[in-house]
Amino acid sequence: MHRFTTQHPDKGEITYQDRKRYLWLVSLLYPLVALSGIGLYYLTDNQWLFVVPLIASYIGVSVLDWLLGEDRNNPPEELVPQLEADAYYRWLPILTVPMHVLVLVIFAWFISSHDLGVPALIMLTLTAGLYSGLGINTAHELGHKKPALERWMARIALAVSGYGHFCVEHNRGHHRHVATPEDPASSKMGENIYQFACKEIPAGFRRGWQCEKERMERQGKSVWHPSNEVLQSYALTLVIQGALIAVFGWIMLPFLLVQNFFGWWQLTSANYIEHYGLLRQRKANGGYEHCQPWHSWNADYIASNLLLFQLERHSDHHANPTRRYQSLRSFADLPTLPIGYFGMYAIAMLPALWYRVMDKRLLALPHIAGDFDKVNIAPGRRAELEARYAGVSAQQPAAQEA
Amino acid sequence: MAKYLCPGCGYQYDEALGEPREGFAPGTIFTALPEDFFCPDCAVRGKDDFELVEE
Ligand SMILES: [Zn+2]
Repeated sequence: MHRFTTQHPDKGEITYQDRKRYLWLVSLLYPLVALSGIGLYYLTDNQWLFVVPLIASYIGVSVLDWLLGEDRNNPPEELVPQLEADAYYRWLPILTVPMHVLVLVIFAWFISSHDLGVPALIMLTLTAGLYSGLGINTAHELGHKKPALERWMARIALAVSGYGHFCVEHNRGHHRHVATPEDPASSKMGENIYQFACKEIPAGFRRGWQCEKERMERQGKSVWHPSNEVLQSYALTLVIQGALIAVFGWIMLPFLLVQNFFGWWQLTSANYIEHYGLLRQRKANGGYEHCQPWHSWNADYIASNLLLFQLERHSDHHANPTRRYQSLRSFADLPTLPIGYFGMYAIAMLPALWYRVMDKRLLALPHIAGDFDKVNIAPGRRAELEARYAGVSAQQPAAQEA
Repeated sequence: MAKYLCPGCGYQYDEALGEPREGFAPGTIFTALPEDFFCPDCAVRGKDDFELVEE
């Protein structure tokens, strides 16, 4: 096993063994999950097996989360510089990017060259979108990093689903305004994922474009200048998806529209669950306090964190956005979800179940303790929610119910 | 020319270098940056948070 070690003047020798080090290699195998439905179809000639990757992602990953359990291991701070400098970790997410382009082409080819029923077409298109959505998550990991290579790979990964504004919108918009009513990418208590998506997706396009426009204007350039990074990614989308339409015909148009949307939906799902109801307080000067660890929802399950490059260690990500996935830390006593992100994405699609799982958990957080002033609430819903949850307060330790 | 440090992520704004990527030309003094200037690396810390590290 690979060990990191350093000599500390006071503490003596510090060593750390990353138990997940080689597990990260599975990120290179995800294309096989995406393509597994097609493989099974060739083996069995059964078009219903196209559903396998969808079930594997939403349900299978949650089962794995439950079976493999949590990982609360943290690298010692003294060894983080070594961990960050290790090229092995650096290259894994980069290597997954070309696979996203390749898998999209394989789906496009398969759909255009086989005689498929409508249910088969839908399942295949959603699977392609699900995998492209995973690509947006990888772009998120890469887009926070400083080297130009990472940032370019992020733009390519986003181009697969036509979401080129995301890194700009996320880094400049979401991170600044996270957990405030002003952030369309932070969800509010009493707002379901469908209401959230209708605002979050268009607002993301606008804010990303706006942030990049301001940057270009400060440089004295037009927003249409080729160095506009949002535009660069959109242009790649035009090339990739335009080529697919040219080669495989008009069937590509509905395929691409739906696969793009379902890719965005994955990111919207993540945004919906990451900060639900959490609210930064105003300081005396009117500005918001910095984003604190209790302003994000976390999960520490091994399986879903491997899929998402440790996105679920979300509090540390917001405190230290430039930290690479392998060095993100888990902390005790943070807002914690009952299962991993993929299971929560599925729950979020059923609003009644979502409110049941989340609302009391939110109100019972130690820093909220039933105080609605400390909750990010959907406009106009406060009185109704206060009445519904009148019994939930600091006296009831509902936080421990799960 | 002075240097200012982001206490969150270690980014340094060096007035001599500016931050051309963000549209701040070399020689742009820190106080001349817009009030809504945020750390270009982490976007967690704003202008108020930056610490003067070198005159
Ligand atoms: Zn910073």
